[in-house]
Amino acid sequence: MKYMHLIWAALFRRKTRTFFTLVSILAAFLLFGMLDATRAAFDSGDSVAGVDRLITTSRYSIIQSLPASLSTRIQAIPGVKSVGYANWFGGIYQDPKNFVLSFAVSDNYLDIYREIELPAEQRKVFDATRTGAVVGAALAKRYGWKVGDKVPLQSTIFPQRSGDKTWPFDIVGIYTPAPGAANGSDQQFFFHHKYFEDANAFRSLGTTVGWYVIRLTGADQADRVARAVDALSANSDHETKTQTEQAFNASFAKQLGDIGLIVSAIMGAVFFTLILLTGNTMAQAVRERTSELAVLKTIGFSSRSVLGMVLAEGVLLLVLGGVLGLALAGVVVPIVAKGSGGMLNLPPIGTQTWIVGVVLMIVIGALVGALPAVRAMRLNIVDALAGR
Amino acid sequence: MKRLRKFGFGLGTLVIVAVFLVVWIALPWQGVVALGIALTLWMGLTRRGRQTWQVTAVGLATVTQRLGSSSVVVVGIAGVVGVLVAMLAMSEGFAETLRSTGNDHTAIVLRGGSQAELNSILDRDSANVVIQAPGVKKDAQGRPIASGELVVVANLPRKADTSSDANVPIRGVSADVWALRDHVKIIEGRTFKPGLRELIVGKGARSQFAGLDVGKTLRLAGQSWTVVGEFESHDALESELWGDTQSVASAYRRGSSVQSVTVMLDSPKAFDTFKANLAADPRLKVDASTTQEYFSKQSEGLTKVLRAVGITVGIIMAIGAVFGALNTMFAAIQARAREIATLRAIGFRGLPVVVSVMLETMLLALLGGALGAGIVWVIFNGYTASTLGANFSQVVFRFHVSPALLWTGIKWALAIGFIGGLFPALRAARVPVTTALREL
Repeated sequence: MKYMHLIWAALFRRKTRTFFTLVSILAAFLLFGMLDATRAAFDSGDSVAGVDRLITTSRYSIIQSLPASLSTRIQAIPGVKSVGYANWFGGIYQDPKNFVLSFAVSDNYLDIYREIELPAEQRKVFDATRTGAVVGAALAKRYGWKVGDKVPLQSTIFPQRSGDKTWPFDIVGIYTPAPGAANGSDQQFFFHHKYFEDANAFRSLGTTVGWYVIRLTGADQADRVARAVDALSANSDHETKTQTEQAFNASFAKQLGDIGLIVSAIMGAVFFTLILLTGNTMAQAVRERTSELAVLKTIGFSSRSVLGMVLAEGVLLLVLGGVLGLALAGVVVPIVAKGSGGMLNLPPIGTQTWIVGVVLMIVIGALVGALPAVRAMRLNIVDALAGR
Repeated sequence: MKRLRKFGFGLGTLVIVAVFLVVWIALPWQGVVALGIALTLWMGLTRRGRQTWQVTAVGLATVTQRLGSSSVVVVGIAGVVGVLVAMLAMSEGFAETLRSTGNDHTAIVLRGGSQAELNSILDRDSANVVIQAPGVKKDAQGRPIASGELVVVANLPRKADTSSDANVPIRGVSADVWALRDHVKIIEGRTFKPGLRELIVGKGARSQFAGLDVGKTLRLAGQSWTVVGEFESHDALESELWGDTQSVASAYRRGSSVQSVTVMLDSPKAFDTFKANLAADPRLKVDASTTQEYFSKQSEGLTKVLRAVGITVGIIMAIGAVFGALNTMFAAIQARAREIATLRAIGFRGLPVVVSVMLETMLLALLGGALGAGIVWVIFNGYTASTLGANFSQVVFRFHVSPALLWTGIKWALAIGFIGGLFPALRAARVPVTTALREL
């Protein structure tokens, strides 16, 4: 630390070069921040809130529904705390472009998803209103909905019994998901399964549900309960597949495409170029300063401290550019998310991104500093001063 | 005053860069070739041009001594071009796969407001009305050529990772489908027999999902089905499995309803009459569109997103690469400062110096661009991937690295080279000769 001013002076010895290099590093880490946010947006599998939940769907197809009678049989399995169910609604608001992530849910659904924090009085009104709906804060903000509004949603799948495809709803509650909830939890729209069953043109829906959500007494029960649930309908015409919520979300995200792989490939290309670029700059910087380094050694700096100083210079360069880049990403990402009109639901740059980013900065910094640093350490004073 | 001049000069350079970028983006390949020829002629025929060539030759001869820093330009630009071309190839490939699935002489009819086949349902009466509507082409026996179809989704394991399931579309088609989609060819085995639980599998689906080889059986809706053939269509249909409408309907308990009706039109012009007739029919509440329109619309959103992401990432990387190139070229002219000053002292003018430095940078950039585009072409052209399409099921598509995309990549590379070379070149030509000679 006491050599800080020396390192700093060395770094800004040639201002233009350092500035250019810093801009390149900044661009690389800006990209890292943005791409990592994109990856996180598609990766909701890590939510901590859902560790004690299982999802039961049809084994054969996501579009096949399950008999409603399964509910009581699942409830009887030891280790099951409660069973809820839901159905996909496929709602759109006013224009086909305004897709609303909407679900018809059982009465206990909001108790199973504890991260959906709804004020108690709003919950009471919801339970008492047949056409009541509860929406996420972000969704409400997107369309300017307030509690008390009447909102018509069109279903792309289910017409009402009257043949009308527009379903009227009363917004009775707006929730904010608790921290740790899956990304996108604040964009959902829930309403009563009862209303859905009663008003639906497809009468048979009263006896079926889309999928079951099971809350366990403990996360360690997951495997056993999942097997027990699937055993209930083995060899029937509605065999089920039960998996943890995390596994379910992960496999769903994978269907979109391997976003993680694409992001890693791009970042690989970016960081490879960056290492080459800054490595070249560092090598140049040290080559130019050969005689200065020799003087330092002459007046008593040990070889090791010279090594340390050059390494530190590399790391400092990367950290300066990287922190600026990630900070810029922190500003840009929310703007992009806002600009996309809710289509790209980018989370802000999180602690995890920062940790990975800083580790990358230090590793790359050390990497590009290593060769010049070793050269500086091995420098022979006499040769260097003589310019040989 | 001096400051003002310096400021004016900086502003002027920025204007040059901006004008260049605008012209460059709009310039077709013929224009670039013409520019190249003009430059070669100038260098070959005029005195100034020959001088320029000499200076450039010296610069290029010394590139080998600056291999490390020159490779920064090449690799940096290769990275930009590679990522850009790969992202655009993905977007183009997806759009092209869906676009080629439709054409203007067939039309698809869905229940009103459904948007995708999976959401739609048409009862038998409605389907029959649609099939009998005017504008639908009749075959030799006078029967309308039409296929009432069902699309259901099955969970099948992926080949790359058999632990994760993917939604694979299964389409029930009627016998007319071969007349309706005449580009679909059986390439292995035979077609399914009506009434039996037999399926034929698309080439794309077979390559992406496990257990779909001809002769294998799979379980769908609790029953076992046999794969009896494989078909090829070079479009999005290849992602699907096909069976007989009746068999699929009975397995999935759909009764006599279908989800969509695809009809052959008398001619592309007949579509308007066909649509108007359906709209006027009080028995029906349906949406009709040409298959071209229907499938193109499905690719719109994702194509746009991929393009936007590709270009955004490309621009950010390009900024990094420009500064890398600036660094390299400033270092290069500095290493050659005395030599350049000597040239100017013995009478060479500024222009040859400027042009030669820029030419050197742009040649390095060209090499980088060709390298990046070439690598992407080798790895990704024809690479198959799949994503979730409109029917909530997988669409298998191929990356398409078209010559136009390669050209876009090269253009980006040259633009980066131009900006990265311009500032060092101007510096080289403007440093007072006496100062430069005294340096070092």
